[in-house]
Amino acid sequence: MTSRREFLVLACGALSGAAQAQLPPDIGAKRKAAAEEALRKITGGAPLRSGRVKLDIPPLIDNGNAVPLTVTVESPMTQAEHVRAIHVLTERNPQPNVVSAHLGPRAGRASITTRVRLADTQTVTAIAQLSDGSFWVDRVPVVVTLSACLEDGLI
Amino acid sequence: MARTVVNMPAQAKRGEIIEIKTLAGHTMETGFRHSERGEAIPRDIITQFVCTYNGVEVFRAELSPAIAANPLITFTTVATESGTLEFKWLGDKGFTAAHSAKLNVV
Repeated sequence: MTSRREFLVLACGALSGAAQAQLPPDIGAKRKAAAEEALRKITGGAPLRSGRVKLDIPPLIDNGNAVPLTVTVESPMTQAEHVRAIHVLTERNPQPNVVSAHLGPRAGRASITTRVRLADTQTVTAIAQLSDGSFWVDRVPVVVTLSACLEDGLI
Repeated sequence: MARTVVNMPAQAKRGEIIEIKTLAGHTMETGFRHSERGEAIPRDIITQFVCTYNGVEVFRAELSPAIAANPLITFTTVATESGTLEFKWLGDKGFTAAHSAKLNVV
């Protein structure tokens, strides 16, 4: 005969198994692949160089629902040499794209600020597309304690 | 019409770089959440933001569900001539919002 204790252990095991089965087991890999695909769409396979771009974001985030983020690119912003676009991507949000800003020499300074949602502890990527066709990147790892979009089956 | 706030100087020197802060009232529903009854809540976000300076586009941004509610966008532009800056937000379900501000260049 099954004791009460044995029954509880079995029942809990079965329940936790069912809960895990609801989440796709390879969701982390899938989101990483989606992020790489989004990156390819932006750069078209062009090499990424580090430097010139500065992504300003707090390293430790209490609330992932509204995270202030600033991207600044070193550029003279003249007709001959300016920043064409600034993209921000994440690797573990349900969708990799965050924002794409298009600017030109009339911006005067290549700098944008916005507030974003982060679903998990992850690396945030900022990419700058320059008028000469080169791509520059800055990657910042952040720790998120309370994540946005909790309902979407986090890893 | 959603509430919009634009913060920028009313007057600037010619050639000066001015900072423009914009805010639009919007929930930015991601489309990844579910209601209490388990139904998916459809996506409802602002997808586009455009700023024109005397009719010429100077800044444009494509937003995604990863932008926080009441999207704040801060950017800069060079004060070239006196005139009007028009701000436009476009989104899902036919959402539109607009704001215009005068800039006096001395």
